[in-house]
Amino acid sequence: MATRIQFENSCEVGVFSKLTNAYCLVAIGGSENFYSAFEAELADVIPVVKTSIAGTRIIGRLCAGNKNGLLLPHTTTDQELQHLRNSLPDQVVVQRIEERLSALGNCIACNDHVALTHPDLDRETEELIADVLGVEVFRQTIAGNILVGSYCAFSNRGGLVHPHTSIEDLDELSTLLQVPLVAGTVNRGSEVIAAGMTVNDWTAFCGSDTTATELSVVESVFKLREAQPSSIVDEMRKSLIDSYV
Amino acid sequence: MELGASGMFVPVQTVGMVLCCICGVAMAPNPANMCVRCLRSRVNITEGLPRHGAVVHCPECRSYLHPPRTWIRADLESKELLAFYLRRLKPLTRHVRLVHAEFVWTEPHSKRLRLKLRIQHEALHGAILEQSHLVELTVHDQLCPACSRAQANPDQWSAVVQLRQHVAHRRTFFFLEQLILRHGAAACALRISEADRGLDFFFGSRSHAVKFVEFISGVVPVRSCSDKQLVSHDSKSNIYNYKHTFSVEICPICREDFICLPPKVAQALGNLGPLVICTKISNSVALLDPFTLRSAFLDASQYWRAPFKALLSSRQLVEYIVLDIEVESSEVTVGGSRYSLAYAQVARLSDFGKNDNIFTVRTHLGHLLNPVDYALGYDLYGANSGDLEIDLPDAVLIKKSYEEKHRNRSGKARPWKLKSLNMDVDNTFKGRADEEKRNTEYEEFLRDLEENPELRFNISLYRNKDYQPSETSEMASTAGGDDVPSVPLDELLADLELSDGEEENDDAGSMME
Repeated sequence: MATRIQFENSCEVGVFSKLTNAYCLVAIGGSENFYSAFEAELADVIPVVKTSIAGTRIIGRLCAGNKNGLLLPHTTTDQELQHLRNSLPDQVVVQRIEERLSALGNCIACNDHVALTHPDLDRETEELIADVLGVEVFRQTIAGNILVGSYCAFSNRGGLVHPHTSIEDLDELSTLLQVPLVAGTVNRGSEVIAAGMTVNDWTAFCGSDTTATELSVVESVFKLREAQPSSIVDEMRKSLIDSYV
Repeated sequence: MELGASGMFVPVQTVGMVLCCICGVAMAPNPANMCVRCLRSRVNITEGLPRHGAVVHCPECRSYLHPPRTWIRADLESKELLAFYLRRLKPLTRHVRLVHAEFVWTEPHSKRLRLKLRIQHEALHGAILEQSHLVELTVHDQLCPACSRAQANPDQWSAVVQLRQHVAHRRTFFFLEQLILRHGAAACALRISEADRGLDFFFGSRSHAVKFVEFISGVVPVRSCSDKQLVSHDSKSNIYNYKHTFSVEICPICREDFICLPPKVAQALGNLGPLVICTKISNSVALLDPFTLRSAFLDASQYWRAPFKALLSSRQLVEYIVLDIEVESSEVTVGGSRYSLAYAQVARLSDFGKNDNIFTVRTHLGHLLNPVDYALGYDLYGANSGDLEIDLPDAVLIKKSYEEKHRNRSGKARPWKLKSLNMDVDNTFKGRADEEKRNTEYEEFLRDLEENPELRFNISLYRNKDYQPSETSEMASTAGGDDVPSVPLDELLADLELSDGEEENDDAGSMME
């Protein structure tokens, strides 16, 4: 189910968290509200880890990962690296890579099978990604933007891309990723999708500015409404209920 | 397959549809990612723009006040008014872009103007929104200072030009009247009134009066002086209101005047024989010595340095009949006119048949006169020479006369007519007595116009619609030896009549001079 949350009054929750099918990383905030929100959803399913990367809180944009592994920029300190290795499940490979483009979260968008990367990424990095994350790597742009990690968010069930993506591009990406894609916005018309939300196969967290329409689009494309008989569901939700258990 | 400019394959890009983030309706993506309705309901770009305004309007001259002091003439709901109000709005609309402006029609006596503006401005995230905005203007009526001054005292003049000529006839003024009409120099005059030896022109502003004085000094030789009288003053703003008076005196020499030049002037002009005739008055005086065919020009300042009066003027012309003429020299062109010296034997018409008084005189009209012609000239037979040590001739002929022929036509209308200035005529007892004299002078002036094409040069003659050529006059003109000079038809202008009931005169047939 899609939940609306805030990190210290900012709606860009995808910047301060990273959610995958095997773990969840959360930034260290002033209050515990952000962490509690994640805990409430995910506590008994996957580990929720509080961390910082390179001493910063923008962990969602600096690291890229899926259930198989986690890639960290070269600016990550050794302690952080060690902390992550300790906290995460053993089958997750934590790897620090040397890459000029250090904001890996902005450059790489991935699910458990496919990854889209920044067109200027190094060849070695590409190989490492394929290795560590166990995915097929494609260099792509989205609506003319090279930061694919920012402008699209996808899971194993579906994906949301920048609203200005043309239909041909959408078809092409869809065939590459093998998941249904839709162009839309989050956080009341914001085009930076991955910064405004974070998603895995059964749950999603969006910024609190997200309107009911956007939330319904998110829930429908990522197929988060399984508990409900999906044949009756409208595409357009009229009510203001944002989540239910 | 689409080929781009360089021949590259460029894939077709179709823009897809997204859902508006507020209302969920499908729309093409825009920078705000909201449908137009939601955007409009959330963002109002016209805030800060005035919705009401006031304009001040003068009902007399239909102009609008541009504060603080300028009044701009504009019609209701015209584009001048639109431009005027948009200029006033400019500082307030600097942050938005004005795309279109127009008036919404309102009832004229509602004293309201409605202006519809279309504004473009950036809404959130770079989306440009276009919205229309209505401004309602209230019109307040207030007389502008010029109209209120005019209303308070409609005859209020602030400059007067007093035109005077100290001669006994009004020929110059008839001529000037036609010139003024032709050039429209008295268009700004509030009032024109006749005075004893001249005319008074009243103007509303000093500059109009100065312009008029300049015009007059360009057509006749004048000397002028001006003065002013303080009417009121506002000492705090240093505004002084004066009444200006221009006293313009026209030189008393007229055409066909017989002059005896004072010795100094004669010497200054190269010993021109002291007896001269004035042949032409424009802004300079043209003098001709009829016995030697020498001519001279005196312009206004030269004349007024040593002013002189005429000995005899055209009222004292006497008719002579030419008995014989002996041309002495060939035709000469002097100052634009042709003359030739001749000896003529003439007799006064009053003497003719009664006694044998015959004079042999030298004349400059040798090319015009033939025996049995009539001529007009000055009679000097019995005159004393006084101080001058010269031989006075018995007579000086001035011009050929068409009296006989004119007598045949007397009383008949002319095929042309003149317009006149509307002036306040002096209606006192003295004025009425002069009327007959004035009518004869006017008749002579019209005859003068007929005879002299160069006089007609600057005057507009209009076709007389009431004129019908009758049979008798036609016969008389063909029977006579030489034709009475008349105005050729192609010099006449068709008069444009703009009264309500009649049709406009067809100007197709008239030609300008």
